[in-house]
Amino acid sequence: MEFLLDGLKALTWQQVVMYAVGIALIWLAIKKEYEPSLLLPMGFGAILVNLPLSGVLDQTLQGGIASNGIIEWLFHVGIEASEAMPILLFIGIGAMIDFGPLLSNPLMFLFGAGAQFGIFAAILLAAALGFSLQDAASIGIIGAADGPTSILVSQIMNSKYIGAIAVAAYSYMALVPIVQPFAIRLVTTSKERKIHMEYNPSSVSKSMRIAFPIVVTIIVGFVAPQSVALVGFLMFGNLIRECGVLGTMSDTAQNNLANLITLLLGITISFSMRAEQFVTVETLMIMAIGLFAFVMDTIGGVLLAKFMNLFLKKKINPMVGGAGISAFPMSSRVVQKMAMEEDPTNIILMHAAGANVSGQIASVIAGGMVINLVTKFLA
Amino acid sequence: MNMENVFAALSIMWKGMGGIFVTILIIMISVWIMGKIGSKK
Repeated sequence: MEFLLDGLKALTWQQVVMYAVGIALIWLAIKKEYEPSLLLPMGFGAILVNLPLSGVLDQTLQGGIASNGIIEWLFHVGIEASEAMPILLFIGIGAMIDFGPLLSNPLMFLFGAGAQFGIFAAILLAAALGFSLQDAASIGIIGAADGPTSILVSQIMNSKYIGAIAVAAYSYMALVPIVQPFAIRLVTTSKERKIHMEYNPSSVSKSMRIAFPIVVTIIVGFVAPQSVALVGFLMFGNLIRECGVLGTMSDTAQNNLANLITLLLGITISFSMRAEQFVTVETLMIMAIGLFAFVMDTIGGVLLAKFMNLFLKKKINPMVGGAGISAFPMSSRVVQKMAMEEDPTNIILMHAAGANVSGQIASVIAGGMVINLVTKFLA
Repeated sequence: MNMENVFAALSIMWKGMGGIFVTILIIMISVWIMGKIGSKK
């Protein structure tokens, strides 16, 4: 009966660490409700792929019999070969986004751009800490505050840290209510946080809502072709939502498609959470750099708002700039909550929501820019 | 520290942020034009 002990004999301490990581992710998902749709499958997947001789991974059995593993296959087909899973998820995300607050107040577009600063600051820090340019770019993109973009860029960059990057991206997205208030308070005064903003939305016609995703796709396609897969599928989802004749398809994209892909993406990405890859000093460094990226994103957006206030008659509450990250709608809610803590009558939610959806567009443009620039440097 | 990578990262930062702002500005102008056309109709 000694064969029953084969698994136990093959166990390593790193695998035990990964069980603890997996259980911690499941706990965060269930108890704290931190991105449960992603962290729970990732946590369970982390346990699955780290069981000794696990059947979810490809292996050669005794007698030379090859055995294919489902998670390894999903990773090769759904992420490695085509990046299909993160890209398809963008259809669902696009169908969920209402660009109305942004279209009625286009000035908010700028904050989406400003709040991508953390990506580049993190790339610089990662490069300074000794990561290769591809890995630094993959780590920096955690600052996009956008899980699928992080997975896609790190896969295209062929980074071996894709598992740690995905964990960092989704963990910090869930921790936006803690990270952003800290970063915003670092660079704003109480007086600035009390600034009121009038909200006089211009009406957004249906034709404008339909034209917007098409126009954005064409513009970004010309300027940053590497972003087309991301922006194109995001805008395709939005067009389905706004066209008005594909109601059931829009519902399917927002719910069934997004849920199905998210479920599979979570458990598939756990392939890159195998102990030998994950239990390293680099993983801790990636988590720290990811946090730095989120803080610098927020600071970048806030400082842009403060800079614009030097020239504007009607001042902008600088916290709105911090909402220009892609974590929607959490970031705009956090900013509104902070505004009400300073002054219960201060309502800046719609401005923050405009900046927040701009962050969705800007983060995928940033992903394309990073791919474009890094590959040019490596050429 | 690999200074070559650090300088490359600085260049990526400069060009990347510039590229994002230019793209966003073009989108803003397009939205403004679409708004003007829509309001005339």
